[in-house]
Amino acid sequence: MTARPKLAVWKFASCDGCQLSLLDCEDELLAVAGAVEIANFPEASSAIVEGPYDLSLVEGSITTPHDAERILAVRKQSKFLVTIGACATAGGIQALRNFADVKDFVAAVYASPQYIDTLATSTPISAHIPVDYELHGCPINKAQLVEVISAFLAGRKPAVPAHSVCIECKQRGSVCVMVQGTPCLGPVTHAGCGAICPAYRRGCYGCYGPMETPNMPALARGWRELGADGRDIRRALRSFNAWAEPFRKESAAHDD
Amino acid sequence: MQDIRPDTSHVVIDAHGLQCLIDALSQDGRRVVGPTVRDEAIVYDDIAGLGSLPRGWTDRQEAGRYALERREDEACFGYVVGPHSWKKFLFPPVETLWKARREDDGTMAVSRPERPADRFAFIGVRACEIEAIAIQDRVFEQGPYTDTAYAARRSDAFIVAVNCGQAGGTCFCVSMETGPRATHGFDLALTEMIEGAEHRFLVEIGSEEGRSVMAQVPHVRADEARIGAASAIVERTAAQMGRHLDTDGLKELLQGNLEHPRWDDVADRCLTCANCTMVCPTCFCSTVEDHSDLANREAERVRKWDSCFTMDFSYIHGGSVRASTASRYRQWMTHKLANWIDQFGTSGCVGCGRCITWCPVGIDLTQEAAAIRATPGEGRS
Ligand code: SF4
Ligand code: SF4
Ligand code: SF4
Repeated sequence: MTARPKLAVWKFASCDGCQLSLLDCEDELLAVAGAVEIANFPEASSAIVEGPYDLSLVEGSITTPHDAERILAVRKQSKFLVTIGACATAGGIQALRNFADVKDFVAAVYASPQYIDTLATSTPISAHIPVDYELHGCPINKAQLVEVISAFLAGRKPAVPAHSVCIECKQRGSVCVMVQGTPCLGPVTHAGCGAICPAYRRGCYGCYGPMETPNMPALARGWRELGADGRDIRRALRSFNAWAEPFRKESAAHDD
Repeated sequence: MQDIRPDTSHVVIDAHGLQCLIDALSQDGRRVVGPTVRDEAIVYDDIAGLGSLPRGWTDRQEAGRYALERREDEACFGYVVGPHSWKKFLFPPVETLWKARREDDGTMAVSRPERPADRFAFIGVRACEIEAIAIQDRVFEQGPYTDTAYAARRSDAFIVAVNCGQAGGTCFCVSMETGPRATHGFDLALTEMIEGAEHRFLVEIGSEEGRSVMAQVPHVRADEARIGAASAIVERTAAQMGRHLDTDGLKELLQGNLEHPRWDDVADRCLTCANCTMVCPTCFCSTVEDHSDLANREAERVRKWDSCFTMDFSYIHGGSVRASTASRYRQWMTHKLANWIDQFGTSGCVGCGRCITWCPVGIDLTQEAAAIRATPGEGRS
């Protein structure tokens, strides 16, 4: 039997939710362990096999000078590198600091701010190194994670569509909440969650970040027609994917 | 009520008769689906009887807006068409086409999933929807290749049509000559008639199967006055259309205005969200996703509804052919209203208005077409 590909899972600034999706794979977890050698995954096992690694999954954003160095080393040890989740692909909720002065936050939160060594921004991994594939979502969908790993093993393209959440919403037969009066980010948001929120009569929160061709101003006009004001639009866009370019630009346009 | 001559094509039933009809269809082993209220909308789902129907409800529709309202009467079919269409049953949004398995000895076993045993009975199919089903029939079973799963579901489906007693704010079946009266393609067609406390349905029998089902339902013969009154209801509906589409020379108009500035104007508003294509009862495009498992032993091909509004839809080597929103909206509208005629011999639009109502930003193809008609030839070099 040929050696199994070596898998490493890396953590940067993040909540661990995306890595946990892998541990949460339950039924598939044994299959994952059978298909790859889990060589470096501190969340799952303290036994660490040295690199290089065939597949690296990277969670989290870059927020410290130390991490900005560390990600370079991860890239060097990784043949194929996939970023997972909104932090790694867009900077995460912690990128809200990018819209303000991080020194003010540090001063407000820490008793001894002089010990804090942090960057002014939270940025996605792709702002620092070349990334081979990005899997979006806050958190990622575990079925999509298994799909990405399976595709990597089979040498095929993952079936992870980049169209709107609306298509998933319609495929599952939900009734559009936006047409019924509730502002929804679905039309500009990347599919992947399976359109969960509209199925529970809530507007989409944009957890999977911008879809392939988001028309942000048109959606914002639609929100205003439903009674949302600039603050509502800005707040909706400034969440887990606030620093993703289309969301960032549109939220700035409502900075009134 | 007592039985009548078997050759009569019109009979009358009451609400109890409608329940008996649903019972008879379900006792015949059919999966009876029809309108029901869910999530503040009238959707199509499994129904058990009168209690499942949207009795006393109506819908108010405008571009990008839909709301349910209480009616003053207890009509069962006093609404128009909602977010769903029968396409979700005949052409399911997600369907596994085949699975393959690599055995230990290296051989490959390919299996098709068993065809679901559903023999449908559709209750409350509108005239425009019958036309939409006929359009999908042309695509799925009358071309060079037949979609056998579609064809099987289709030929088993029992259709109970309903002639519309009112038109909605986004309806334009009169422009498309598809309604509001169902003239063919049904087993039974109902016209709901409420006068004071009297709640009746005129039933037109459209097939032998329809006739044999009606033999199990208590009914009386329809007299001329009843048939005339039902016609008057449908005529009144025809005069109430919320939208109008001028189809005169429309194909040539659109095909001759591919560079019209209106395409950029609509692109400014369009979200490329694809809702219009998902809700359209004639849109038939699909994509396939191939999945393999972690052990690389099992694979499957899944078909999903797709849309000309996605980038993958026109992706060929090197990129998407229709990268701009203008080109994608133009593809949708020119196919639907013009090129469809070249391809299949009819318009791809039946005037149901769903794409107008269910567009989150209320883009209205009748308005877009009118805007191009108002300034034809603009922007042509
Ligand atoms: S509810 Fe939201 S996601 Fe669903 S179709 Fe409407 S706008 Fe799109
Ligand atoms: S194009 Fe619009 S109005 Fe015409 S059939 Fe499709 S959804 Fe109905
Ligand atoms: S026309 Fe409306 S429903 Fe269709 S893609 Fe554009 S915004 Fe979405």
